[in-house]
Amino acid sequence: MAEQEYAIRCDKITKVFGSVVANDQIDLDVRYGEILALLGENGSGKTTLMNMISGIYHPDGGTIYVDGRAASIQSPLDAQNLGVGMIHQHFKLVNIFSAMENIELGTPGKKLPPKVLRRKVEDLCEKYGLETDPDKPIHAMSVSEKQTVEILKVLYRGARILILDEPTAVLTPQETDKLFAILRQMRKAGCAVIIITHKLNEVLSISDRVTILRKGKSYGTVNTAEVNVSKLTELMVGRAVTLEIDRPKPEDPEDILKLVDLTVRRKDGSVALDDVSFSIRTGEILGVAGVAGSGQKELCETIAGLIQPAQGAILYKKENLAGKTPRELIEMGISMSFVPEDRLGMGLVAGMGMTDNMLLKTYTQGKGPFVDRAPARAMAESLVEKLDIVTAGVEAPVRMMSGGNVQKVLLGREIESNPDLLITAYPVRGLDINSSYLVYDLLNEQKKKGVAVVYIGEDLDVLLQLCDRILVLCHGKVTGVVDAAAVSKEQIGLMMTGESAQEVMEYGNG
Amino acid sequence: MISLAFILKFIVAAVGAGTPLLFGTVGEIMSEKVGHLNLGVEGMMSVGAVAGFAAGYATGNLACAMVFAFLAGMLSALIYAVLTVSFMANQNVIGLTLTIFGIGFANFVGVYMIGRTGTNNWQLPANLIEQMKNVDIPFLSDIPVLGKLLFSYDPFTYVGIAIALACGWYLFRTKAGLNAQAIGENPAAADAASIRVTKWKYINILLGGGICGIGGAYCSMVINGGVWISDCVGGLGWISVALVIFAAWKPQMAILGSFVFGALRILKYYMPAVIPIAFFNMLPFVITAIVLLAASIRGAKGSHIPENLGNNYFREER
Repeated sequence: MAEQEYAIRCDKITKVFGSVVANDQIDLDVRYGEILALLGENGSGKTTLMNMISGIYHPDGGTIYVDGRAASIQSPLDAQNLGVGMIHQHFKLVNIFSAMENIELGTPGKKLPPKVLRRKVEDLCEKYGLETDPDKPIHAMSVSEKQTVEILKVLYRGARILILDEPTAVLTPQETDKLFAILRQMRKAGCAVIIITHKLNEVLSISDRVTILRKGKSYGTVNTAEVNVSKLTELMVGRAVTLEIDRPKPEDPEDILKLVDLTVRRKDGSVALDDVSFSIRTGEILGVAGVAGSGQKELCETIAGLIQPAQGAILYKKENLAGKTPRELIEMGISMSFVPEDRLGMGLVAGMGMTDNMLLKTYTQGKGPFVDRAPARAMAESLVEKLDIVTAGVEAPVRMMSGGNVQKVLLGREIESNPDLLITAYPVRGLDINSSYLVYDLLNEQKKKGVAVVYIGEDLDVLLQLCDRILVLCHGKVTGVVDAAAVSKEQIGLMMTGESAQEVMEYGNG
Repeated sequence: MISLAFILKFIVAAVGAGTPLLFGTVGEIMSEKVGHLNLGVEGMMSVGAVAGFAAGYATGNLACAMVFAFLAGMLSALIYAVLTVSFMANQNVIGLTLTIFGIGFANFVGVYMIGRTGTNNWQLPANLIEQMKNVDIPFLSDIPVLGKLLFSYDPFTYVGIAIALACGWYLFRTKAGLNAQAIGENPAAADAASIRVTKWKYINILLGGGICGIGGAYCSMVINGGVWISDCVGGLGWISVALVIFAAWKPQMAILGSFVFGALRILKYYMPAVIPIAFFNMLPFVITAIVLLAASIRGAKGSHIPENLGNNYFREER
């Protein structure tokens, strides 16, 4: 009898990929009119589990009950017929089609006349408080607009059980609030909602209950009202974690790089960096704060020698580096490392194994025309051990790894080259708590060794705790370089909108 | 100096020369729309050529020859579909192999049949050749200019145009066609939208192969006047692959494209002898290169190429 209450109940679900057990006898249940959060670190098997419910994968063991009946979900079509709809982390939309064409895609019956279809989509929007332009093609949409289309797609098929895979990873805080309002509306309408996430505050604000996964196993379900952040962290990581970031005192900082009146233009001619001057010091972490697109990317790439500045100089021991190529910088004996934002695009070659990725940095060092792979393999193996990287082997393509492990490989490789200057762009984006803290530790370790570290970040709390000084950018201009220990989050926020450090600090004191 | 009759004659010849390209191009579009770049067009046309020719030889019926060419083309596309869709083999390699196989198979059968006839000549019966003549519809074909322009081609041309229009309607006006396009754009999205990806890939690839097969039959039966000649497709399959880009993956555009290229192929017979023949032989290839260049420039804004062309789809890939 009790079975009837559950929209979905998973009983001892197991899924194995090759030799990796992704899901090990997982139990999970969700009722109608309820939002369940599925919490776990990267690689804990959340997405795998949900993919089985939505018919993408097929479980190797266990049973899924939908509405109390054992269901054999062989394909997304079966899932759809059972009223299950999934909104994937990587949107599954056809770029050249319009919103409504995507919504209609794959539904049975004849092609509807555009007028009728548009009406139906608009009705649906009204019912759930969504906003979309039915005729807009997907490729012209922003991320949050695309997500709305995905939600509509699922609702159009009459889904009453919704699964969202890390829906907030790509959204701004405002967009996240909007999404949560929609989800609450759905809960009110009697839908069952499962939301996958590793952000704790989101779990607390949206869910009714939380199921925690760790390393492919379920570690129980708790009522959200009865837990707090530290309790959830403990359940998720498996031990109590201090959420404070260590900040050792910098030891005799010395200017290593001086940027003077640097102006950089983007390809389209707009100004990315406007007359920027500041210095980077050894043994110190310099944080860079700013709204996305304020020139952070160009700043990194100019220092790394990838972009030519329009004017200004980058001084390294009285020598101007501006306009030199990365190869020339290396030949000048400047040991600089750059951990770019786009890890699998700019940082590593996704289709190559760890060994080959190590070689990318060192292949010119060998003698003769042949590449010596042995040292690179040794280095890859030592990194696996040192940083606890989970991989099928050092020759397995890095794209098969989870986000945290990819970042460890990249950061590990850069650190191995003993840089004097380490530039990191959003190094913890998309990483779970454990991996994030490992990255902070690695950066602090470098700092203690006397390396000058530049940390481009988006989470102000982290910037304030980790960095020694914070540089704030607004529309390519530096609005101030402040001591991280003497500034508040609100003050940084004001500087990000263009107020100068002087004004803000006085205002804060007054 | 250039008379109207001369121009008409040129246009009619151009359409005739473009007809095999029309089949090849539309067939390839069907396959590419579901994301499968089939470089086996030349091979599928060759298989269709020999099958159509053999069926025509045996039955003396044109419709029967076309149907057999279609089925043979489908069968050769089935080899490609099984290997690339079900076994996820590299599309380029399989396509090239299919081309080599198809040409070889056609030539083998041809040589065998020539041996069997005992006359050193494998020839279609006269009544079939009569059926393949340009149509002569009473009244319509007699209208001045227009009659010649619209109602004076051989049956293949009309079948080709009908198929192209039907494919255009299917791809852009029906739900099944939009589903097929979604597969070529983003198979994972199509799959998540509960479209049967594998099934529709097979359907489109096989239909495309069949259409190519009829084009092959045109090469063997019409172009050489009913006498079997080895290598009768002679590279038209390859031009078809390039024509897909010219046609921007639209079957309707393929009609125009194939007739333009047909005109280029026969231009040499209609031009004063001062320009060397070699120049005209080169022309279709130069135009192809220019088309590819133009397509890549246009590609910057709103390209028509299916986004996942050339990539196989495996649902459980991580």
